[in-house]
Amino acid sequence: MNAIETAGLVKVFGDTRAVDGVDLTVPAGTVYGLLGPNGAGKTTTVRMLATLLRPDDGQARIFGHDVRADPDKVRSLVSLTGQYASVDEDLTGTENLLLLSRLLGHSRRHAKDRAAQLLAAFGLTEAAGKQVKHYSGGMRRRLDIAASILNTPKLLFLDEPTTGLDPRSRNQVWDIVRAVVQHGTTVLLTTQYLDEADQLASRIAVIDHGKVIAEGTKGELKASVGVGAVHLRLRDADQRTTAQALLSRVLDADVLLDADPVALTARLSGRATEQAAEALAQLAREGITVDDFSLGQPSLDEVFLALTDRKEAAA
Amino acid sequence: MTVTKEPDALTAPRPEDLAELLLESSTPRRPSALSASLTFGWRAVLKIKHVPEQLFDVTAFPVMMILMFTYLFGGALAGSPGEYLQYLLPGITVTSVVMITMYTGVAVNTDIGKGVFDRFRTLPIWRPAPMVGYILGDLLRYALASAVILVVGLVLGFRPGGGFVGVLLGIAVLIGFSFAFSWVWTMFGLMMRSEKSVMGVSMLFLFPLTFLSNVYVSPTTMPGWLQAFVNVNPITKLVEAVRALMAGQFDGDAMMWTAGYATVFTIVFGAWTMRLYNRK
Repeated sequence: MNAIETAGLVKVFGDTRAVDGVDLTVPAGTVYGLLGPNGAGKTTTVRMLATLLRPDDGQARIFGHDVRADPDKVRSLVSLTGQYASVDEDLTGTENLLLLSRLLGHSRRHAKDRAAQLLAAFGLTEAAGKQVKHYSGGMRRRLDIAASILNTPKLLFLDEPTTGLDPRSRNQVWDIVRAVVQHGTTVLLTTQYLDEADQLASRIAVIDHGKVIAEGTKGELKASVGVGAVHLRLRDADQRTTAQALLSRVLDADVLLDADPVALTARLSGRATEQAAEALAQLAREGITVDDFSLGQPSLDEVFLALTDRKEAAA
Repeated sequence: MTVTKEPDALTAPRPEDLAELLLESSTPRRPSALSASLTFGWRAVLKIKHVPEQLFDVTAFPVMMILMFTYLFGGALAGSPGEYLQYLLPGITVTSVVMITMYTGVAVNTDIGKGVFDRFRTLPIWRPAPMVGYILGDLLRYALASAVILVVGLVLGFRPGGGFVGVLLGIAVLIGFSFAFSWVWTMFGLMMRSEKSVMGVSMLFLFPLTFLSNVYVSPTTMPGWLQAFVNVNPITKLVEAVRALMAGQFDGDAMMWTAGYATVFTIVFGAWTMRLYNRK
């Protein structure tokens, strides 16, 4: 059974079609990445799926239950970790977990045990008695996720779970997500970080202006933009246009100038390694010094930018 | 903003620990409407515990009201502040408590935009529970405000004919009415864009309601058109009922009106609140 199935999902705010006909199929037991820039419609989609917003058109089913017809059943299957920490800042960590645990129907005693266990597992025991407003971003996120798994949900929505976190906290959140999925929970992850989708998700939908513009496994998405890419950094920025012309001639490929004034990226189509070696030799003959060179599969960044046609944003 | 130093003890959870926690997936029974509401009430009480300063308005404001009006009007209206106090105290208790009901709206309004509300709304619980919880928590403030004002009243010379029981019954009626009246504020709390606009609207309602009533003076000296309003004003009816109970009497007519108003407020504004809540 699929965890999520949507067909032609639409949400309109005033004149803006925030979500404009989204079709998604998320198989149970996987991490599904919803990738897109700010304002693409990711959060609105999640809010509709979590019964927080009523869709204006289209259908959405969570494990077969329609979000409009049977929101209560849907609520019993899902947990939401929102973009802004969904915990009460005025309460302590323990109080937050107790509150939610009681609302889920646990006895006072069980709620207490569960709260203590989760706080310990998430490394929050020392902060358990402190008000959440004094927590760091990473601690807040961990508490938030702990609150989402008080009852192991069948489907967990993580809306930009690592936005604003430092790299260490981000890795911790990723570890938690992996552990949760291993246990069989399906995760719908929205993110604007491509490496996050790359790290966690098995399938990805790229969403922009309220529409899904590409969908598939990571491999499929990458393959759709070519077999690989060469990244070059030159010593001298003045030589970049010369290098660009040379490379497009030798490689017969698009060569993009990166935001970094000494860097450029060429997409390769056929025999990537041979072409790249040839290109390097040619550059050397022209007296262009290459400081750094790398050859690889296109990153999701490139996929993303190619799909959303926002090359100017390349960084 | 800088992130405060995280002690090294706070390391990431170990996957083994987590797996163990996740295995525990017993789904308990959905809590009853009452249990869910009481849990939200507990949340409101916890908030008071963490930020006790917020009780300032429910304690200082009533004291200020009673002192001001007793000594401002007492001599002129009833011959002496002591005499006037016998008339004023039940009414000023009602005014003070009814005025602080609007903080429910402010609390709803400041909370609703926060992420935690999204979580509440995705829980499989009785839908009105979070709203009922606010009001339940606020009942504590109403009781506290009533207690403060009565103690001050007693010190200043208020001698209720109904004794302790009569006063207690009067407060019970007042708090019961305030519970119903608070739905007006949950509605405005959900409807208004900011805390300030909730406060603005509340003053627009509360000033006429509490002043154009029988709280300060008997309506008999007022012009006819004003009496017409004053006599149907829910606050007037409530004050009549409370005043009678505190004096050791029972005003059946006023009690009926009060109960009727309370029912209407609960049904109309309760339904309206839930409509807004579900659409938010």
